[in-house]
Amino acid sequence: MKILKELLNHKIGLISLCIITILAILAIFAPYIAPYDPFGINVNEILQPPSLKHLLGTDLLGRDVFSRMIYASRISLEVSIVAVGISVSIGVFLGALAGYFGGIVDQIICRFIDIMLCFPTIFLILAIIAYLEPSILTIMIVIGSTSWMGVARLVRAEILSLKERDFVQIAKVYGASSFRIIFKHLLPNALPPILVSASLGLGQAILIESALSFLGIGVQPPTPSWGNMLIEGKETLEVAWWLSVFPGLAILITVLAFTLLGETLQDILNPKKEK
Amino acid sequence: MISFLLKRFFSFLITLFGITVISFSIIHLAPGGPLSPLTEFNPKISPEYREKLVKMYGLDKPLYIQYWNWLKGIIKLDFGRSFSLDQRPVWDKIKERLPITIFINVISLVLILLIAIPLGVYSAVKAESIFDKAVTVITFIGYAMPSFWLAIILMMIFGVKLHWLPVSGLHSTIGYEEMTSLQKIWDWTKHLICPLFVATFGGLAGVLRYVRNSMVEVLKADFILFARAKGLPEKVVIYKHALRNALLPLITILGLSLPGLIGGSVIFESIFGIPGVGQLMWQAVMARDYPVIMANLFLISLLTLLGNFLADLGYALADPRIRLNHKK
Repeated sequence: MKILKELLNHKIGLISLCIITILAILAIFAPYIAPYDPFGINVNEILQPPSLKHLLGTDLLGRDVFSRMIYASRISLEVSIVAVGISVSIGVFLGALAGYFGGIVDQIICRFIDIMLCFPTIFLILAIIAYLEPSILTIMIVIGSTSWMGVARLVRAEILSLKERDFVQIAKVYGASSFRIIFKHLLPNALPPILVSASLGLGQAILIESALSFLGIGVQPPTPSWGNMLIEGKETLEVAWWLSVFPGLAILITVLAFTLLGETLQDILNPKKEK
Repeated sequence: MISFLLKRFFSFLITLFGITVISFSIIHLAPGGPLSPLTEFNPKISPEYREKLVKMYGLDKPLYIQYWNWLKGIIKLDFGRSFSLDQRPVWDKIKERLPITIFINVISLVLILLIAIPLGVYSAVKAESIFDKAVTVITFIGYAMPSFWLAIILMMIFGVKLHWLPVSGLHSTIGYEEMTSLQKIWDWTKHLICPLFVATFGGLAGVLRYVRNSMVEVLKADFILFARAKGLPEKVVIYKHALRNALLPLITILGLSLPGLIGGSVIFESIFGIPGVGQLMWQAVMARDYPVIMANLFLISLLTLLGNFLADLGYALADPRIRLNHKK
């Protein structure tokens, strides 16, 4: 039973990994895979339903939805990877400081985390974005700098539990610097949970990015993003179901893949938890 | 207990202070300062008028004085005037929208509990069954579902295709005045079904997962083994001994899920055209109406903080281990 379950877990992990790989290939080789120009306006083919010619139909300007979605996967992956990179860096840095040095440093950082957690993420992001020019870089930075709290807490807890262990004490006796102890001895041991939360974070970042783009303050048209494609989908609900169904489905499947991958990683990397 | 309360209240105050500092600095450290949205994109505003505005909003004073003035205003619920054409006081704008947002969030919180507790407990008791697996699948879909897409799909199915439900607003615009109060309630209900569904589905996943996992853990505990060994009926073991212990921390979880729930308001309110604070926030951001944005950000996080504080107190009241052990 246990083996079967683990197999099942790994099977889910395998499927999500496959989905992510396909997505990455689509994103990287978009110009070679997309059958049409994602910006190519064609007034003769407005709002065509899905067919062999246009697999997922065309939009209000006659652009091929399938090609636009392939290009959109680029944007979504780019934004989420950079955003998670930022949030993990901030989280690891602050978490390591708090966990290693303790005392007043720890108290200040923990308090700061508590305060940040009181702001509903969407409200905080909206408030910041209102003062910046909406661009892809802005979104990456804003998402990254508002979602590091989970990682920080996690790293802090890991380091707290590790720093009294013998190998760290020995490194200290040998005169290793704090910097070296943190980066060489402590952080590598805290890597598994960081990986898990990075994977979950990628999914969340895609959700936030697409929500922002849908609200009109994320990725700006004509650059395609799954979120801003849905704006058009909402406007043409009565006549063109394909415009709202497919981009949303892409978001759901992608986020699901990252979430399940994170969960599987957790199971594999932390065997204690299962018992 | 008293020292516990004092400690909690003290940390509440510090966090509150932090919230005001962050809300204030987001606006004032922005490139170009708070007036840039108003002036930069408006060629009609002359440098002289800009000077006047700077004086009017006190922006020529040092930052800490501005912060102090802002704080003094907040205590009197004076958030300044909106930049929009009507130039109404910000608090008036928010005040009339707050009840509907709180109403929807409270209802969806109740719905989440009503659904998550029985489903979670049952799937923990029947762990690894088909039912449990189905619940797990729902949980993950709930995590990954973009709420705005769910809203669009609901609109498409129930509004456009089936014509069962209205797709936007709080109540009908035509003929609403002539309705009897019963009809009005029915009208509201029909309008709120979709938004409530979206709000509830978004928050359900986390709570459901929590209830299930916590129940699974508790069922493995020694005191449950003991209760079973005593020969207590399974029902008593589960609903009396296990359930209580599994659900206690739920109070904290609910407190923690508040920001997410309230944050969701921005999305479903702007899609379904519900005049709540979420929609106001979105409109204010689109119009770069900074007094409204700042006040909204502050008030919503204050609400979240209050919710967390109450959850902490509730937890301490319900679980003696917390209030007695905190001194460690």
